[in-house]
Amino acid sequence: MLPAPTTKVKGVSIVVPSFSRINRDEPTLVVDHLSVRYGDLVAVDAVSFSAYAGQVTAVLGPNGAGKTSTIEVCEGLRRASSGHVRVLGLDPSKDHRALANEMGVMLQEGGIYPSARPIDVVRQYCGLYGSGKTQYANPHELIDLVGLTDRQKTPWRRLSGGEKQRLSLALALASQPRIIFLDEPTSGVDVNGRTTIREIIRRLADQGVTVILATHELDEAEKICDRVVIFDKGKVLVEGTLDDVRKARRTVRLRTVRPLILDDMPDNLAGWLIEDAPCDYSIEDAPQGLIAALAVWLSERGIDVVELRTGMASLEDVFKKLTGGES
Amino acid sequence: MKVSSSPFRAQLRAELQILARNGEQLLLTLIIPVMLLVFFGTTDVLPTGFDDHMDFLTPGIIALAIMSSSMVSLGIATGFERSYKVLKRLGVTPLGRPRWLAAKIVTVLLMQIVQLIILIPVALLLDWNSSNAQWLLAIGAVATGSIAFAGLGLFIAGRLRAEINLAAQNGLYLLLLLLGGMVVPFDKLPAPVAAVAKCLPSGALADVLRDALVGQAERPGTSWIVLGIWAVITPLLAASTFRWE
Repeated sequence: MLPAPTTKVKGVSIVVPSFSRINRDEPTLVVDHLSVRYGDLVAVDAVSFSAYAGQVTAVLGPNGAGKTSTIEVCEGLRRASSGHVRVLGLDPSKDHRALANEMGVMLQEGGIYPSARPIDVVRQYCGLYGSGKTQYANPHELIDLVGLTDRQKTPWRRLSGGEKQRLSLALALASQPRIIFLDEPTSGVDVNGRTTIREIIRRLADQGVTVILATHELDEAEKICDRVVIFDKGKVLVEGTLDDVRKARRTVRLRTVRPLILDDMPDNLAGWLIEDAPCDYSIEDAPQGLIAALAVWLSERGIDVVELRTGMASLEDVFKKLTGGES
Repeated sequence: MKVSSSPFRAQLRAELQILARNGEQLLLTLIIPVMLLVFFGTTDVLPTGFDDHMDFLTPGIIALAIMSSSMVSLGIATGFERSYKVLKRLGVTPLGRPRWLAAKIVTVLLMQIVQLIILIPVALLLDWNSSNAQWLLAIGAVATGSIAFAGLGLFIAGRLRAEINLAAQNGLYLLLLLLGGMVVPFDKLPAPVAAVAKCLPSGALADVLRDALVGQAERPGTSWIVLGIWAVITPLLAASTFRWE
């Protein structure tokens, strides 16, 4: 067997499994018409999406959108009411033990006894994956990787929010995962911590790990994700690569020196303008010729344009449009 | 660098570390039983009805120690682990419930060995005569009592919120300490209370331990049956009702 490849983050080597035989075109996570019900409440309603090795897939949605229920089914923590889920080709419920050896999980909060010290709990988790692997994560290297060396003997309850998140990430890495589920990994983390976490996530994806990132932080997701799945009210509203999702919502930004009186404008122009702020407008999915017509109309009336720019919508723009603005 | 381990060993080590850091659990499982043994052993204020009050007290205090480690300590720790999502987090590792349970059982067993290593010499120092003790029978009683109390502790821990579980386990501990037939003899309790106490695992364990350690049980056959029934029912109850989150 070939030795496992290593990658370096902050000068620390992370051993990752060999992915030479992994087909990056085949999805490693397939969610097919999954539904989750709690009594009469339908939390997840026949959702389908896929995720791929070597990519960061961001799962976005407002609170109660069904993200956590879906991810917990993928992790084997919850049973599907109907539909199918395959993770690394395994059924998370029936093949839970086999999947657990290949999967890393970062809970949104908790999961650690308050009196436990980081080095002890990381050592525990490295040991939990001890029997199924030929090479294990090193507890001290993991602690160093997430920047907790100076706090490794501090009880968990005395760690800051960001330090707790980084410890939780270290536990998720203890399995040397082929797929990793991260629930709000940068929540409450300071700027330096975010950079470290982002770098680790990106490196994992570069090494072929499938990264599933559930987050509310759209700008954070936009910086590192390759694919996007947007949930709302138990359904998947959109799924695709980040660029495809953003391109599908091309936005024109228009800024003028004085406010436009939309009632004075012809309907074929005013009907497309969205007033984001006084003198600040956007146009989504503009039809061909609209921008030229708008530029002529503004010029004829002597209204100076500060900015008229066509581009892809930000992830936040897409998200707000699809979900009605709640993040 | 390779790190050699196994899921069971890793979990057992973590359980022991958590136990060692929880001072209140050590107080409950070690210090209080020793203090009660020393206090009542040196003052002879208990109306035991035995010729040698240590013959009554030693099995009773051992029963109390077994209850504290297998019910209260285990139950409180497990309740908080549910609350802190420790069990949920472990649920996505290869540990599995059997090895988690095995680590819990071994932790309790090790704690009980420490309890007995301390309590028995203290009792001997207080002039307890162990010449009539049937140690194998006593080990059987301790094992059966441990199963019964562990089932009870996990049943409570598996249903209640952590803070309510903490209060319930401590309240039950105090109740059984005073009225459970371990420290106060059945015949000194009000008749209705004594009738209930005889049906409780505390009274039954204390009685079978008195049979095993000093040969002076009140009704050993019945107490074995009572203890056996508790040892069957409570684990089944815990297994069928336990909520992992």
